Amino acid sequence: MIEITNLYKKFGKVKVLENVGLSILENGIFAILGPNGSGKTTLIKSILGMVIPDAGEIKINGQIIKGKWDYRKDIDYLPQIAQFPDNLSVVELISMIKNLRGKHANDLELIELFKLGPFLDKKLGNLSGGTKQKVNLVLAFMFDSPILILDEPTTGLDPISLIHLKDLIKKEKAAGKTILITTHIMDFVEAMADEIVFLLEGDIYFKGKVDELKKKSDRNDLEHAIATILSENE
Amino acid sequence: MIKVLQYSFYDLIRSRWSYVYLLFYLVLGFALLFLNNSVSKSIITLMNIIIVLTPMIGTIFGVMYFYSSREFTELLLAQPIKRTTIFIGQYLGVALSLTLSLVIGLGIPFMFYGIWQSSEMMNFALLMISGSFLTFIFVALAYNIGLKNDNKIKGFGYAILLWLFMAVIYDGLFLISLVVFDDYPLDKFTLLATMFNPIDLSRILILLKLDVSALLGYTGAVFQKFFGTNTGMFSSLLVLSVWTIIPIYFISRSASKKDF
Repeated sequence: MIEITNLYKKFGKVKVLENVGLSILENGIFAILGPNGSGKTTLIKSILGMVIPDAGEIKINGQIIKGKWDYRKDIDYLPQIAQFPDNLSVVELISMIKNLRGKHANDLELIELFKLGPFLDKKLGNLSGGTKQKVNLVLAFMFDSPILILDEPTTGLDPISLIHLKDLIKKEKAAGKTILITTHIMDFVEAMADEIVFLLEGDIYFKGKVDELKKKSDRNDLEHAIATILSENE
Repeated sequence: MIKVLQYSFYDLIRSRWSYVYLLFYLVLGFALLFLNNSVSKSIITLMNIIIVLTPMIGTIFGVMYFYSSREFTELLLAQPIKRTTIFIGQYLGVALSLTLSLVIGLGIPFMFYGIWQSSEMMNFALLMISGSFLTFIFVALAYNIGLKNDNKIKGFGYAILLWLFMAVIYDGLFLISLVVFDDYPLDKFTLLATMFNPIDLSRILILLKLDVSALLGYTGAVFQKFFGTNTGMFSSLLVLSVWTIIPIYFISRSASKKDF
């Protein structure tokens, strides 16, 4: 599904990705972990074609994505920071994205789920951070695409919405999708992820099951396992 | 492309600034016609205003819209849309809405004054055409500046410098060089120097049509002598089109290389 080989990217003098190779061939939930600035978002944005790699190749469903745009119809993306045009209302934004994609969307169901009804006619500039994140979630989940990329989906969500989010992700997994998630919340990873991809200084340090990572670092819980890896590599 | 253009366009025509701009031209048009009480005199005054103002509004609005629509752009980039489409669509949205403000804002007062029956109709049309060209050119240049500079303040600075250079400094340098190299034949140099500044070019284009030899100046006179009125107009329109197409090409080129 997603195949990345020898990916390099630097911004100015800072090398963000160095020779990253990653293949995600099966369905399931993949957590992309790593300390701040390890290249998680750059990796995701390279897959989406928002960042253009210096070297290397990315294939989505067997197609090399360089210079292409059509493949993005198979990807739903939740950006890290929910930023929208301030003078659009929620309902206008949703219908705009629907119109641009031209695909069937189950937005009404999601609006109901996240209780966004009262906010539909409000301007996006006047919404709180958490509400914006809910709008963000509606936009990401309303289409039925085989690949789902979530960049820090839990930011700013209240506990009820967090439960809804987990259910949604599980439902998408059951529907046979490939889901990539980046997050810093390890409980979330332990509860949700099938596999972990651990990025360290622009390279993939580890890819495998949660248990394997625990075994590798000789720790019982994930948070400490990761902390151990990080302190060993300092 | 049409969808992106549509959203940018609606977004802009709902903003307060488009109305302020439109209102400004409305007031200007009525005031000039009322004060001059003659269409042809008003057109000459308008020319002097349009030639300085449309590039300024174009650059400032262009660069402002580019930076303020960053979120919108990032949202679009994750959708199955070609990059070039996103940026060219937005660019056309800005340029079209500004052009519309210009044409409607000045069109209404002149229509009330009976421009359709007047012999000045073609002159007025040419004024609108060159104003539109200048808007399209300077919005495109501003978009290029935006794409090359992630720092807003720098981008604004460059945009204002660009306008200042084209509208004021260029002419100054040009005049100085004419004085300094007085002893040499300067016809070819003048022609070439005019081609490199769309503002000068539009001024000459309009003056050639208005046939006011007193206002033509040295550059205009050289132009008229070299090309004659009709060929002169045709070639300046051609060069203005080149001035529009090249920055648009660079927008699509830098858009496809940029990281977000």
